[in-house]
Amino acid sequence: MDISRREFTKFGCRVIIGAAAGTAIIESIVTNSSASENSPAGEYDWNEHYWGYVVDTRKCIGCGRCANACKLENDVPFDEPVYRTWVERYRTLKDGEVKIDSPNGSIDGFIDDIPAEDIKKAFYVPKICNHCDNPPCVQVCPVGATYETRDGVVLVDYDYCIGCRYCIQGCPYGARYFNSEKKTADKCTWCYHRITKGLLPACVQACPVGARKFGDLKDPDSIINKILDEERINVLKPDLGTKPKVYYIGLDREVR
Amino acid sequence: MMENLIWGYIYPNEAEIQWSILIVLYPYITGLVAGAFIASSLYHVFGKKEVKPVARFALLTALSFLLVAMMPLLAHLGHPERGIEIMFTPHLTSAMSGFGYIYSFYLIVVVLEIWLSFREDIVKLALNSKGWKELLYSALALFSYDISEKALHDDEKLAKKLAIIGIPSAAFLHGYVGFIFGGIKANPWWSTPLMPLIFLMSAIVSGIALLILLYIASMKLRKHAIDHKCLQSLAHYLWIFLILDVVLELLEIISMKYESLEEIEIINRLLSEKIAFTFYGVQLTMGIFIPFILLLLAGIMKNRQTLKMIMISVSSILVVIGVFAMRWNVVIGGQEISKSLSGTLTYVPVFFSREGVLPAIIILVIPFIILRVVTYILPPWKDMEEESE
Repeated sequence: MDISRREFTKFGCRVIIGAAAGTAIIESIVTNSSASENSPAGEYDWNEHYWGYVVDTRKCIGCGRCANACKLENDVPFDEPVYRTWVERYRTLKDGEVKIDSPNGSIDGFIDDIPAEDIKKAFYVPKICNHCDNPPCVQVCPVGATYETRDGVVLVDYDYCIGCRYCIQGCPYGARYFNSEKKTADKCTWCYHRITKGLLPACVQACPVGARKFGDLKDPDSIINKILDEERINVLKPDLGTKPKVYYIGLDREVR
Repeated sequence: MMENLIWGYIYPNEAEIQWSILIVLYPYITGLVAGAFIASSLYHVFGKKEVKPVARFALLTALSFLLVAMMPLLAHLGHPERGIEIMFTPHLTSAMSGFGYIYSFYLIVVVLEIWLSFREDIVKLALNSKGWKELLYSALALFSYDISEKALHDDEKLAKKLAIIGIPSAAFLHGYVGFIFGGIKANPWWSTPLMPLIFLMSAIVSGIALLILLYIASMKLRKHAIDHKCLQSLAHYLWIFLILDVVLELLEIISMKYESLEEIEIINRLLSEKIAFTFYGVQLTMGIFIPFILLLLAGIMKNRQTLKMIMISVSSILVVIGVFAMRWNVVIGGQEISKSLSGTLTYVPVFFSREGVLPAIIILVIPFIILRVVTYILPPWKDMEEESE
């Protein structure tokens, strides 16, 4: 090719300026759109809320609709073993053995693979990110890409996460996973895009028996506060000092 | 296939092991760096004349491994291009956020230390060579050619001060790697305040052993006699640090078993089924007890230099392998137990993949190539060869 140095420089400059301007424009569009979608803008004031979640294990029937709804709502891949919420089944056999399982995170429900006469006690336990008040995942993130919002939700900044997976190691509940598409950590957001619009998280809405409840801890009349006032509740692994905001009714000692 | 690798109940998200063999390599390499540096400071700081022959060589070894220490991490990150954010926007409650700073600081200390201890040679090489070599060495000398007695004395004083800073930073560099694991309360196999100390002791052990091996190998390659006093002295330090290392490692296991907290069942399962061979076999028996006895014998034997040398080399090889097994048992072992404390899973290394065995081997070979290049530019052989004559 026959290009003079002058032409080459001119062309090069155009490419560089074009690329820079292009990225800047795209970036501004992306930031604007994600800001309006995720951050509390408009009427929603994140200072006015503090979210909490209650799981009534006595009601759960293990249908797995919650886990299904979650994957649909949040584009969590169905063909990968990654879950923002799942249901565990605990079965104490007559010989004393405890069997725990959660096949495919309960998305397809459960199969009765042990005859009923061999089972002494059985129950289901829905699991989800505890959105801890003292979240170890936030503590260990080396760049601050995961954070707690003012309304008490632990989120991941996908544009900032470096993908070191330290938070996945740091979560005692196995609530985090690696998003193979975004190449970042990922987790339950309590459907932040829904709750900031006054809707319920998808899993809560999908539950046919009301085993999952969601509400505002700052509102004394919320369903969450009513339950916390009346019921005897517990949280998962309280000894770790993580201060979960997912409260359990009827938590068995086998559940970790 | 998957089903056979899993026993009991693991949380659904745990099916995939997050930290692969590359993350085993990272503490292994930084450990070798810290250990080699501390071996060199036995002379530079503590004035142990016996190890003078390898003191500068140890610094070059530390540098060669330090230069690749970051590679396994970068290869592992989901977004390597964002890795630099650790330095720009460190989140200070994270043990990991200190990495960039500690690493850079330590790199500067090692480079300065090397420069000061090689400055006289660099200046002489600059004055006695022609062409590109003259340019290279002049640049390395920073175009300052003062090698008067006073200047060299000042160098030495400064080098000693630097090495004094270097010891805590080497200890910090590696102790902090231990804290990355030790500070994770979610994982009962990692969460212990002993972890930084265990990492540090095993680092020193692996660094000295590597230095012994490299020393013997380079003397054999250069067909030069080995300074047995130096070797004996290194072996002696290796032995002492092995004792400290094994005391801490056993203390951890014994107190875990003695206290028998909630997690003891899964820890016992890990030790008896998942990592029994790599823990009891490789890490403790092969990597500590056998070298301990061999080094003890080599220490009390009179004469028979060749036999002693063989015993010391065998011990060093075993130690280097044993410490790798220790890193493996921590990093992989910790991930093979479920945080539900009710199940285990198995890590199956892949050979060809970004986080596979092949990149791990490549990353482990590079430091030796770097060391070859660095020792070509800054030959440390003079100290190693004149002493033995």
